[in-house]
Amino acid sequence: MFESLTNKFSDVFRRMSGRGKITEQNVRESIQQVRQALLEADVNYKVARQFCDQVVQKAIGQEVIKSLHPGQLMVKIVNDELTALMGPVDPRIYYVSPPPTIIMLAGLQGSGKTTTCGKLAKLIMHQGKHPMLVACDLQRPAAVDQLTIIGQQVGVPVFRIEGEKNPVKVARSSLDQAAATGRDVVIIDTAGRLHIDEEMMKQAEDIAKATRPHQIYLVCDAMTGQDAVNSAREFNQRLELDGVILTKFDSDARGGAALSVKAVTGKPIKFIGVGEKLDRLEEFHADRMASRILGMGDVVTLVEKAQREFDQEQAAKMQEKMAKGKFTLTDFLAQMKQMQKLGPLGEIMKLIPGMGSQMEAFKLDGDEMKRMEAIIYSMTPAEREAPERIDAPRRRRIARGSGTAPEDVSGLVKSFTQAAGMMKQMAGMGMRDRMAFAKQMTAGGGMFGMPKFKTKQRSHRLTKKEREKLKKKKRR
Amino acid sequence: MGIFSKAFDKLKAGLAKTRQKFFGAIRMLVSGRQLDEDLMDELEATLIQADFGVASAMKIRQDLQAAFKDKRIGSGDDVIGFLKDELKKYWPPADRSLRISPTPPTVVLVAGINGAGKTTSVAKLAYQFKSEGKKVCLAAADTFRAAAVEQLDIWANRIGVEIVKGSGSDPAAVVYDACDAAVGRKADILLVDTAGRLHTQDNLMRELTKIRNVVAKKIPSAPHEVLLVLDATTGQNAINQAKAFAAAIDVTGIFLAKLDGTAKGGIVVAIRNEVNLPVKFVGLGETYEDVEPFDPDQFVEALFA
Repeated sequence: MFESLTNKFSDVFRRMSGRGKITEQNVRESIQQVRQALLEADVNYKVARQFCDQVVQKAIGQEVIKSLHPGQLMVKIVNDELTALMGPVDPRIYYVSPPPTIIMLAGLQGSGKTTTCGKLAKLIMHQGKHPMLVACDLQRPAAVDQLTIIGQQVGVPVFRIEGEKNPVKVARSSLDQAAATGRDVVIIDTAGRLHIDEEMMKQAEDIAKATRPHQIYLVCDAMTGQDAVNSAREFNQRLELDGVILTKFDSDARGGAALSVKAVTGKPIKFIGVGEKLDRLEEFHADRMASRILGMGDVVTLVEKAQREFDQEQAAKMQEKMAKGKFTLTDFLAQMKQMQKLGPLGEIMKLIPGMGSQMEAFKLDGDEMKRMEAIIYSMTPAEREAPERIDAPRRRRIARGSGTAPEDVSGLVKSFTQAAGMMKQMAGMGMRDRMAFAKQMTAGGGMFGMPKFKTKQRSHRLTKKEREKLKKKKRR
Repeated sequence: MGIFSKAFDKLKAGLAKTRQKFFGAIRMLVSGRQLDEDLMDELEATLIQADFGVASAMKIRQDLQAAFKDKRIGSGDDVIGFLKDELKKYWPPADRSLRISPTPPTVVLVAGINGAGKTTSVAKLAYQFKSEGKKVCLAAADTFRAAAVEQLDIWANRIGVEIVKGSGSDPAAVVYDACDAAVGRKADILLVDTAGRLHTQDNLMRELTKIRNVVAKKIPSAPHEVLLVLDATTGQNAINQAKAFAAAIDVTGIFLAKLDGTAKGGIVVAIRNEVNLPVKFVGLGETYEDVEPFDPDQFVEALFA
């Protein structure tokens, strides 16, 4: 989401790095561009101004002017300040003893409270707890039904009182129900309300008074404009928030709200919603987000994500196969499917350093994946194990079977063979080298050592000799 | 439209906060001052804080500067009158009226991102058309979100209009049936509620294009209006939304929802400048009566009243 902001920063600093000598005037000029970028990203006007002042102060103090690499130093300063502005964040949920831990969600209409309830329940379940959802949105038609369905999808009970009009009563009764059924976390969904609606704000206060929640989160739409700080401030004053959950983070909104809310309310952003599916709630990391803004990628998130999704044992086996060069199309298919589990490809690519700006080139979408899958499924098991045996008649047969052209088949085989070679190389590297290698590869047009489908491959394949050489190097 | 006149007070009340915070601020800012760079800076800041966006705020600043140069305005006190006239020019009457098909039904397709307020807005439109004596039919084509169909169903019952619900999960199929039903039951208006989708989700945007195509195939010259529901609290991202939806389904106008809560209305200026889409309706509350056709005169008057 921060893409546009990232591009802006890159532009500013690239221009700065290009200059031989940098004056204080240059610093101030460049910060104007940063300021405009922040404003275009819906960062609150006052927050943006304050931020820019701080950066200028730091930049002059740290003698950016005399520095050999003023651009780099500026990036560091902006990065540090951004991190400081959004952090520090402790994304853990503290559970109380004796249970239940009570969590209440509040926010404006349409910010995503009900969906977030489901996501939060799922996250809490993953932490070994037994949450219960409480339907206190009695305002919007069918909101209770919506929460009930979401509860079923996640597999947690939903507490509702048929025909009850008073959400305070529902909230109070839910605590008894939690005690009776042994649920150790209670998540209260409330109606969307305007921060200037006195009656509704009072009702939110009453729910909080009746249940004394351990955590109250404000659910805030990442696309909110300048007004984000006003509603956040008001909710904070009335409810004493513990944190903010930022939703719809998977859009192209530049997310100025993320920068402003913390600065104005002092309350951290704890989680971010990054998709419609109920497992798409992530912890918010100020440092990572700042890096992402500056186009430095977010490798840690990627690694964490991969660890969660990948079957460790299978991954180890795969690794071994890669190292021995016994990686087959069957394995390739399996790996592709695991990659898909990581989420939309575009999203993954964004997390890799240096990829932010090249995103457009990587619209390898689900359709292309499906075509690759179809081609591989149209091969016999023997062909999948040894794709080099695919000759022209076989190629025609596979193309017919998968509804593609013979060139597509040969393209895939070629790509695969090359990828297998690269993987073999990568298997012997440390993490650091691997990242560098991946970056080098992606710069050439392929991704993850998996060259783009249907691109003409003119770069050379490693000869047997070269491979031997590499092996020797590795042993040394 | 007579029935709307009573809503004028509501609009005024809804915008009271905007007026106080924004134009109240401007009035205080400009009165008795020289129109110098400092004042220009402050003016620009105020506009930006009202979600006009950097580009639109700069444009207004330049217009002001040009007017000052030509001696059309002299001091800070002239600024308000000038802004009023300028802003009214943004929305000529020609593109604000609804296109009603000579041969019913008139089909209105409603789309927007998640949580913008589509279903509530559809209910409001249904109520308005019904009060005008039209026979209204709703199509519950949000088959994705949990209980969305139930939500629209409840509204349909409260307002007393017909609703077409599908059994499956294919919104295009629901719309297909709804078109048949609207023609068969001789409805004047068919309102199509669709699932919320982020404008960055290509596949979902294609689904929307398909829905539009189904409507166009079933009823010639339909959809007659394609409304994009925008949350008035949205910042500059609203421009991206408007662009993406316009590309996918050829949006004809904006339904600006939740204007009663936000301290600004500036985003409509930015949308007019960058995407050239008119605003057709304004949503001002949670009940189905809280809707108003967008009238820039009233809108600007209410701002300055």
